[in-house]
Amino acid sequence: MDFSVVIEYFPRLLSGTWITLQLVVLSVVLGGIVALPIALARVSKNRWINSLPFAYIFFFRGTPLLVQIFLVYYGASQFEVVRESMFWPILREPYWCAVIAFTLNTSAYTAEIFRGAIQAIPRGEVEACMVVGMTKAQMYRRILLPRAFGIVLPAYGNEIILMLKGSALASTITLLDLTGMARTIIARTYTPIEIFLAAGAIYLAISIVVIYLFKLIEQRQNRYLGTLSIKVPDKG
Amino acid sequence: MSKAPALQLMDIHKTFGDHEVLKGISLEAHDGDVISILGSSGSGKSTFLRCINLLENPTRGQIHFNGEQLKLQPGAHDLEAADQKQLTRMRQRIGFVFQSFNLWPHMTILENVMEGPLHVLKRPKQEVADYAEHLLHKVGIADKKHMYPNQLSGGQQQRVAIARTLAMDPQVILFDEPTSALDPELVGEVLGVMRNLAEEGRTMLIVTHEMNFAREVSSEVVFLHQGLVEEKGTPEKVFGAPDSARCREFLSSTF
Repeated sequence: MDFSVVIEYFPRLLSGTWITLQLVVLSVVLGGIVALPIALARVSKNRWINSLPFAYIFFFRGTPLLVQIFLVYYGASQFEVVRESMFWPILREPYWCAVIAFTLNTSAYTAEIFRGAIQAIPRGEVEACMVVGMTKAQMYRRILLPRAFGIVLPAYGNEIILMLKGSALASTITLLDLTGMARTIIARTYTPIEIFLAAGAIYLAISIVVIYLFKLIEQRQNRYLGTLSIKVPDKG
Repeated sequence: MSKAPALQLMDIHKTFGDHEVLKGISLEAHDGDVISILGSSGSGKSTFLRCINLLENPTRGQIHFNGEQLKLQPGAHDLEAADQKQLTRMRQRIGFVFQSFNLWPHMTILENVMEGPLHVLKRPKQEVADYAEHLLHKVGIADKKHMYPNQLSGGQQQRVAIARTLAMDPQVILFDEPTSALDPELVGEVLGVMRNLAEEGRTMLIVTHEMNFAREVSSEVVFLHQGLVEEKGTPEKVFGAPDSARCREFLSSTF
């Protein structure tokens, strides 16, 4: 094995890493924003309100991320309406197609994590809100969401790592993310072991940073809290 | 015309599935009354207390607060609030102390006490903070105000919970077995705080197993048995010469 090729192509791998980071950060942030209303609708007892998010989550959890990426990238362009719409400049870019697919996918998982957290809050704490005469909105804004935020952290950190690894699928629609870049380099140098090992190490390094960051936030946030955990939905 | 009772519960029924827990309980509390509700477990006393501010929806019955009737409408199984605004307004005036304290664990002691008056009643922050400190002082935990609930003992947490309730300036306070979750050596400190409240002339409904306490502080004692009021009267009468044989039996088994 010749690791000089890793050193030679390291700047290229880093530029791929940069794309990967952008994809993950963008989709996690956007996905988190989309997830919140979905989660709130999902915990509603009203069947008209909770059935739509249920279907949404069911679809995005039940189908492979790769299929979702292909649906956005190859699927959307099949429609004349899409090609003539104002969104076409965005939808024709593989970069934005990946961001959209990842956002939709992670928002479904994140919504499910939020829902679990909200429902994991002990009933008594909710009743304590009721007896001081809080409205539903006050209850969520003041107590339940801040409380859920603390509960959500471990599962949410996990979701970000899953998203990081899932982002490798962006390479299937011509994006030169870390995986895409690694494959391109390998096509030129025929050194798959060295380059894939290097790419794997970079993924690992990012994961460690994410895990460590979440440990820190968690310790700060949950300093004085008892232990409460929620079930993490499996990534399929 | 005399003033309407602070709380008037009329013919409260509650059914869980096929099981009728409350079979028609009526109760009146006037300002300054301290009413203890006794009964063996399963007698429905906690359920009754929780029906008053609709933590539990009664299946039948009426609730009047200061002469104003709480609007109820039939729901899927039970009655439910017809007017959410009216319900939240009433809840703001009726304090509730839980058996398991139910403090918000992500907030400090001071924040727990300030939350209601500051964000529900929207009183000015400085005023609320001063009042909260005063209340914490009163229940004897002013020095713990920047700590979190899980750092406190059960007795301390319950005293914070009482301060949190008092911060809303409730007209009536409901206590749901406030000392049942405490270690025996911590019961006294909580009862002491409640005794002071009774002496201040607060209107209180207390579900409790502390017989001596009930006997000393109550203006009225109600004994529930199988979802009905079995015995009712002054502590002297209920503890001294109860009419009901079941009540006698219960008291002799607990003393």
